[in-house]
Amino acid sequence: METQAFQKIYTKINQITKATCSLSAKGVGYDELAIIHGRLAQVVKIIGDNVTLQVFSGTEGIPTNAEVVFLGKAPSLKVSDDLAGRFFNAFGEPIDGGPAVEGEEIEIGGPSVNPVQRMKPSNMIFTGIAGIDMNNSLVTGQKIPFFADPDQPYNQVMAIVALRAKADKIILGGMGLTNDDYLFYKNVFDNAGALDRIISFVNTTDDPPVERLLIPDMALTAAEYFAVQKNETVLVLLTDMTLYADALSIVSNRMDQIPSKDSMPGSLYSDLAKIYEKAVQFPSGGSITIIAVTTLSGGDITHAIPDNTGYITEGQLFLRRDTEIAKVIVDPFRSLSRLKQNVIGKDTRADHGQVMNAAIKLYAEAANAKTKLENGFDLTDFDERSLDYAKEYSHDLLAIDVNISGEEMLDTAWNLFKKYFTQAEVGIKKEFSDKYWPKD
Amino acid sequence: MTTNGIVAGIIANLVIVEVDGPVSQNEICYIKLGNTRLMAEVIKIIGKNAYVQVFESTRNLKVGDTVEFAGHMLEVSLGPGILSKNYDGLQNDLDKMKGVFLKRGDYTNPLENDKKWGFQPLAKVGDMVEAGFWLGEVKENWMAHKIMVPFKFTGKFTIKSLAPKGEYTILDTIAVLNDSDGKEYNVSMMQKWPVKLAIKAFKHKPRPSKMMETGIRCIDSLNPIVEGGTGFTPGPFGTGKTVLQHALSKHAEADMIVVAACGERANEVVDIFTEFPLLDDPRTGRKLMERTTIIANTSNMPVAAREASVYTAMTIAEYYRSMGLKILLLADSTSRWAQALREMSNRMEELPGPDAYPMDLPAIISNFYSRAGFVQLNNGKTGSITFIGAVSPAGGNLKEPVTESTKKAARCFYALSQQRADSKRYPAVDPIDSYSKYLEYDEFKEYLFQNISPDWLEKLLYAKNLLIRGKEAYEQINILGDDGVPIDYHLRYWKSEVFDFVILQQDAFDEIDSSTPIKRQKYMMDKVINLIKDSYEFETFDDVNKYFRRVINLLKQMNYSEFESADFKKFEVELEQILNERRVAQLA
Ligand SMILES: Nc1ncnc2c1ncn2[C@@H]1O[C@H](COP(=O)(O)OP(=O)(O)OP(=O)(O)O)[C@@H](O)[C@H]1O
Ligand SMILES: [Mg+2]
Repeated sequence: METQAFQKIYTKINQITKATCSLSAKGVGYDELAIIHGRLAQVVKIIGDNVTLQVFSGTEGIPTNAEVVFLGKAPSLKVSDDLAGRFFNAFGEPIDGGPAVEGEEIEIGGPSVNPVQRMKPSNMIFTGIAGIDMNNSLVTGQKIPFFADPDQPYNQVMAIVALRAKADKIILGGMGLTNDDYLFYKNVFDNAGALDRIISFVNTTDDPPVERLLIPDMALTAAEYFAVQKNETVLVLLTDMTLYADALSIVSNRMDQIPSKDSMPGSLYSDLAKIYEKAVQFPSGGSITIIAVTTLSGGDITHAIPDNTGYITEGQLFLRRDTEIAKVIVDPFRSLSRLKQNVIGKDTRADHGQVMNAAIKLYAEAANAKTKLENGFDLTDFDERSLDYAKEYSHDLLAIDVNISGEEMLDTAWNLFKKYFTQAEVGIKKEFSDKYWPKD
Repeated sequence: MTTNGIVAGIIANLVIVEVDGPVSQNEICYIKLGNTRLMAEVIKIIGKNAYVQVFESTRNLKVGDTVEFAGHMLEVSLGPGILSKNYDGLQNDLDKMKGVFLKRGDYTNPLENDKKWGFQPLAKVGDMVEAGFWLGEVKENWMAHKIMVPFKFTGKFTIKSLAPKGEYTILDTIAVLNDSDGKEYNVSMMQKWPVKLAIKAFKHKPRPSKMMETGIRCIDSLNPIVEGGTGFTPGPFGTGKTVLQHALSKHAEADMIVVAACGERANEVVDIFTEFPLLDDPRTGRKLMERTTIIANTSNMPVAAREASVYTAMTIAEYYRSMGLKILLLADSTSRWAQALREMSNRMEELPGPDAYPMDLPAIISNFYSRAGFVQLNNGKTGSITFIGAVSPAGGNLKEPVTESTKKAARCFYALSQQRADSKRYPAVDPIDSYSKYLEYDEFKEYLFQNISPDWLEKLLYAKNLLIRGKEAYEQINILGDDGVPIDYHLRYWKSEVFDFVILQQDAFDEIDSSTPIKRQKYMMDKVINLIKDSYEFETFDDVNKYFRRVINLLKQMNYSEFESADFKKFEVELEQILNERRVAQLA
């Protein structure tokens, strides 16, 4: 980022905090970028001549006579087909040793899609993971996070989903990604021969946290280019959005804003919504689907970050270790895909909805029976059967290593129903039981 | 002379404008940014500085940019053509905007200036009139849209001339009115009204007493709401607030539905855009979209416009109520509106109240809810706005400022429970915590007695008690174990489960089950209450459990079948057989 001859250079900074510098300057636009002491910064407040800059990499070592140059534009990304296969940092600069990408320069964090120009998302994304496809079917244009404890294999599941999703482009937005995880994604995509479909914007744990704030907008600006201009189906992976929100709170605390719950800024909901709402299905066929990761602390989903996320996204996926079968499963109680009804029984067989509900209700019966057992009570015959059923259901359908088709998963469920229950106990609409209840 | 100003400071969408003349609180102004004009609203004035909230992104705005004040508050245009429209929070017609993305400063006409409407006069020259008086009507979709004396007119007027039956645009003069001094005023079919002020062109607001049929059993059959009533649905994320709002907008007995999608997901609005033009309104045989107006200010649209959107929706509802119509106003979610207030209040560095919300939040909420209601118009006709707002409590905790303030303002409380949602007992409205204050109104009790059935209230109260007793029995069973309690406890628990599964739970996505007309609700209520009152005999608790699962299964099959169809009757016969297996004493 070179400075140009005609640009005015300021050298008198009158206030420095951990994240911001203020100086007297004229003709500065809101949201504009500046270079201060060789570091990228953005205008966050203007009062008269006094301009406050947020310095992405932090203000350590910035002197009061540091050079400041304003760039006359908001953060932007050059977009073209050449983005494919490339790795960038939070500023959109290549980190893979390749040349800079040429193309149309677009300001990131651009406007929203007019709601009447959207199409109802209604194409199912098949992942082969029955815990997702059967109980939490994903749809193109959806936005959904994994709510996961840090020790759960969410990056692995996300990579499987990404590769099986049949997307034209997969865009990885990594925020505070460990170097190991970054290399994991790189290897998985490489081994699958998918690198030319992948674009990555990565901020690792080695990079300054505030830089992360640019990652989602960079990734989504690239996504919009492919979805709008090329009518492609684009899958955006954002991990870890908790670290993104943490960076928001760092900035707002340092700017002395009044925090709301859990020391998060009062605007957290709007800030996160601006990102997630970029998920869209266009009538022209292009789409942006966002699958994110929100790590939890101690499984607490009432914390402001997962809580606000839950209110924005179209459901959430929970992973859980099922000790009965010693496998990680997609938790059917706490997971939910809000858009599943757009595709259930339409992109899948007509009995899907009823089978899904019945299977979960019976699984819930087993959970009740388990509680009874733990409290030392006798089990009824029905309790015993539901416990046996639950084990098999978990193993054959919920485990994340399951990879079967939409028909197979339904047939598997019918067989389990028949094995353990009567038709009345299962309680499915008669027209479906008549058709699918396994014959002897 | 208009007031002008220049930008003196920018903090996100809060802009400080130095003004050269008088400005008023809530006045609208336009900030010039190159060739676009960004609309903003004055929210605070200190000396020469007006603090304005900009309804758009302020990116690239500079100190020194010029500002023009409009001399009025945020207004909406009221006239024929509002039905079936998709507006943003400031009443811009979203369908008239060009391009896939919203553009800053792209303000579109909410109505059509050149469309002709068939006008039919309802008054005559010489009539004494006042604001809200029906001068004539035009046909808008299926309804008679009344053309009224503008609400801004104060005092009495006489009609000097009135356009004859014919085709007119909304801008044509259709009447000339004289005030008491003989001054003349032209009236067209379009008028403007500032959204933050309530339209008060009615005689009085009596207590509401008529039931608003919603087709949702857990409302109608347990905690009914009235025409002109208020209610709210707090619930953690994913518990079914939006599904419930959509179900209400599809099935409720109203002349018009105004849906305010306030700071929620765009895809949920798309659901309405796509479905409503196809779905039939069983009452009129027309499409549902024909009675619906959508105000979409989704979560990614500008925050200040989100705050305005609920007022825009309410004002449109008030306009149609003045025509003697039954309006259902839905807002999803009012918490997002409160958060928009919080964001601005924080930017202005106001002293924060609980959870950093503005101190006057309770007053703002109750003021808004009080605009709903059942009114008697000056011509003796009645109209109503029933308002049901969704509330999204942070962390699902109902002891937070928005929920608590709303609880004081709204009369029906439909609490969505996480536990019920987790066990897929939809709609997840908690039958024990929820309430309808209207059940205490004598005039409403009388209405139920006369119009639904003499014993409706009695049955409903019986059911509430049954549910509480069922829950108590369930807790005892859990503490003492299946064997540790008398069989009677199991019976009591399972009877409450029958009511829960058959009356309360309702599949919003099933064609038949999704809406239950009151006649059918009555039939099923009678059936279920009667079988619950009957006595049964069992040897073991396990028998109770198995038996009632079968009973529930059959009743649910009935719910899924066309009312009184062959299937329905067949299941009913089968049910009777099962009941006879164990029934020892039958209710008379
Ligand atoms: N009556 C119902 N019948 C069947 N399913 C339902 C019903 N109500 C809710 N659901 C299920 O619950 C999901 C979440 O419902 P909904 O979107 O209405 O939640 P919400 O309370 O509005 O959440 P948020 O606060 O995040 O907007 C739906 O996608 C649907 O799967
Ligand atoms: Mg909702």
